Amino acid sequence: MKTALIVFPGSNRDRDMIGAITQISSNAPILVWHKETSLPKVDVIIIPGGFSYGDYLRSGAIAARSPIMGAVKKAANDGVKVLGVCNGFQILTEAGLLPGVLMRNKSLHFVCKNVKLEISNADTDFTSGYKDKQIINCPVAHHDGNFFANEKTLAEIEANNQVAFRYANDTNPNGSLNDIAGVFNKQKNVLGMMPHPENLIEKANGGTDGRALFETLLGVKS
Amino acid sequence: MSIPNEPQIDTKLIADHGLSESEYQKILDIMGREPSYTELGVFSAMWNEHCSYKSSKKWLKTLPTTGECVIMGPGENAGVVDIGDGQAVVFKMESHNHPSYIEPYQGAATGVGGILRDVFTMGARPIAAMNALRFGEPSHKKTRHLVSGVVSGVGGYGNCFGVPTIGGEVEFNPRYNGNNLVNAFAAGIADTDMIFYSEAKGVGLPVVYLGAKTGRDGVGGATMASAEFGDDIEEKRPTVQVGDPFTEKRLMEATLELMQTGAVIAIQDMGAAGLTCSAVEMGAKGNLGIELNLDNVPVREENMTPYEMMLSESQERMLMVLHPEKEAEARAVFEKWELDFATVGITTNDLRFRILWQGTEVGNMPIKELGDEAPEYDRPWEQTKSPAPLDISSIKQSDIADSLLTLIASPNLCSRKWVYEQYDTLIGSNSITTPGSDAGVVRVNRNKKKALAFSSDVTPRYVEADPFEGGKQAVAECWRNITASGALPLAATDNLNFGNPEKPEIMGQLVGAIKGIGEACKALNFPIVSGNVSLYNETNGVGILPTPTIAGVGILADWEQTSNIAFKAADEVILLVGAPKTWGNHLGQSAYLSVIEDRIEGTAPHVDLAKEKQVGDFVRELILSGTTTAVHDCSDGGLAIALAEMAMAGNIGATIEQPPAGVSGSGALATNGDLKTKPRGCRGRER
Repeated sequence: MKTALIVFPGSNRDRDMIGAITQISSNAPILVWHKETSLPKVDVIIIPGGFSYGDYLRSGAIAARSPIMGAVKKAANDGVKVLGVCNGFQILTEAGLLPGVLMRNKSLHFVCKNVKLEISNADTDFTSGYKDKQIINCPVAHHDGNFFANEKTLAEIEANNQVAFRYANDTNPNGSLNDIAGVFNKQKNVLGMMPHPENLIEKANGGTDGRALFETLLGVKS
Repeated sequence: MSIPNEPQIDTKLIADHGLSESEYQKILDIMGREPSYTELGVFSAMWNEHCSYKSSKKWLKTLPTTGECVIMGPGENAGVVDIGDGQAVVFKMESHNHPSYIEPYQGAATGVGGILRDVFTMGARPIAAMNALRFGEPSHKKTRHLVSGVVSGVGGYGNCFGVPTIGGEVEFNPRYNGNNLVNAFAAGIADTDMIFYSEAKGVGLPVVYLGAKTGRDGVGGATMASAEFGDDIEEKRPTVQVGDPFTEKRLMEATLELMQTGAVIAIQDMGAAGLTCSAVEMGAKGNLGIELNLDNVPVREENMTPYEMMLSESQERMLMVLHPEKEAEARAVFEKWELDFATVGITTNDLRFRILWQGTEVGNMPIKELGDEAPEYDRPWEQTKSPAPLDISSIKQSDIADSLLTLIASPNLCSRKWVYEQYDTLIGSNSITTPGSDAGVVRVNRNKKKALAFSSDVTPRYVEADPFEGGKQAVAECWRNITASGALPLAATDNLNFGNPEKPEIMGQLVGAIKGIGEACKALNFPIVSGNVSLYNETNGVGILPTPTIAGVGILADWEQTSNIAFKAADEVILLVGAPKTWGNHLGQSAYLSVIEDRIEGTAPHVDLAKEKQVGDFVRELILSGTTTAVHDCSDGGLAIALAEMAMAGNIGATIEQPPAGVSGSGALATNGDLKTKPRGCRGRER
């Protein structure tokens, strides 16, 4: 599997993501600068966490309109798998590739801690390494992770099994509706999630619960 | 159009610049004429306490600053310490106290920004940050506002920049009601053959300005930070800089990328006193003159005067001397990161600091005198009188369990999770031990075993009771916390926060603390490689508790051998190691006395440095040999709090017994029997 990783000037978990992908698949992702307008032919596109352009307007709002995002949208519509983590999730919602919005955390504070996630749909190219309803550990680190959608959109998301992960065991850190931590698009080839699986892939991270996502996505046997 | 630039220099203007009559006379002697307004500003910026260390230099010189592993001690942007394999850790702690009190969010944010810039200016990518915060009493009307602003400012900057915050301190005391303290620490990793310094070399080379544009923010900030506060403090708000972590992140990436091209001869970040301080330091260190042409300085506001440009403390800016043949390559890097790049000056061989603006010379000063001949004072000081020892019989009998609950719920001993959960502690994927243990531990590189441990410590009420013992204790506790993680302490940075040094009793605190720090650093082989002094932390004549914060770095060969405070399993024996002869008797200046009896009395505990070293080295051996499962130092709140913290971190209880007859808690290292647990197993529910 070939992977492209989009780098914005304010991306800062790009290094974490590059490290995780390289460690798990033995292949480093191709880095694509935000000013590019085309993508190399890849199987997976990843938008990492960070503060793309400083997040001064709304998190991900400017990045969603950056030169590279045209190519990302086209690839997503062509069925290429796209994963956005944290700021990547915010960018994908702002770009209209995923439903809903990510508002400021209910506490109004940045929050970095470990939470529990329930796998809500294990029947996808991202999550089949987990079992349905399985509870895993995963850290979060964000200021704007409070998932919101209007009633109609939320009902559609639920009806189409578009929820990938939910905060479990009362660990919802941000006030997200229906405890939503990650959502797919309708076709299930685009996933956005606030938690950071790339920060939980080896013993030094205190656990490996994030590995299965990358192993599945990158086609690596565990 | 012309811009008014030359107000008449009179006694008031001189005083407003924080210069004394004798200091102004010295300027007249050096210049041989009356300085221009811009020149007065430059002298004031270079000669204020913050930049010149004029009250503390004499005593700072006594600190041990060298050691086997020290590559660069104090005097550069940060200290540099060898960690083997061709790598070095670059670190420093710096205060941003005055700005954080005036404007807590921006003051704290730019404090973090400043220290990160100090680290990456030397060629090191930051891998860890800490912060030591001290506020007034929780019930004071300003405290909530200050805590909320400072904590979100620290987080707002560090989280966006992308550095894990892996440790720190938060303390409350009424003595900080009028002056909170924000001490920010950062550490980065560089290759030992790729460390960059500020000393300019070569005549006729371009002096290049990089980063963000210059505005009017922070004009006179360093001078403000060298004065006491009065009731007019709100008027000083414009002296606080405004931070932009997104620009800082780009500045770091661009700077590190530029360094790889071999274009950089010398580099200095623009921190306190901005363009003035950075240009003078680069020239003076390299025995070169500098000529600046202010017409080329990128500005974001119109009609800026030379005075404002020279003294602006706008953030996220750098000054470099570059190889001229690499200028195009260097420019391309900065354009990629969308940062300003402008040649603003040239190195000269005349040892003058010349400032040109709109075709006229608005400043022409001898560059060495600006730095090297800054006033240096041997201020009168008074030895602090030790308080009377606490009469132990005056301690009321209390229920131990009730007292423990009261202590652990008190503002200074309760969990700090509500603070550190607002900081990104995990970015980098290398955080092995996050806040809440004795030391934060960070892996140096995700593919390697090597890790570094960090801790920041001081107990200000000990320093006030006995500056010498308190200074020793701050170093010892930092060394002990690093040791408790299994790491070998390497070196430290000091951030000395005190009141007005012109008062002999305050100067006595500073002198005593530095003497204590020096003695402890020597005994523990823990040199001071960088530091910062913040004086005049007073409001309406009332000084803060003397607060010499010590932040240290230690090394672990293998992160898997590290230890933390959490109990790991039931049925394990707990040992108290290293109890002194007076164990259980010293309650002077203790948290117990303050919280339970509301008394601040008695002497500070004596620190036996030889014993500290012996016990620490022994405990480190136990940890590295895999003998222990959890280790915690006993400090504030003593043994009771240490045990409670270990239990809560592991969700495992403990039963504590009196030492059996015949086994004393003193003397040689106790390997068994001092204390024993009959664990009750897990209680409470897993988080």
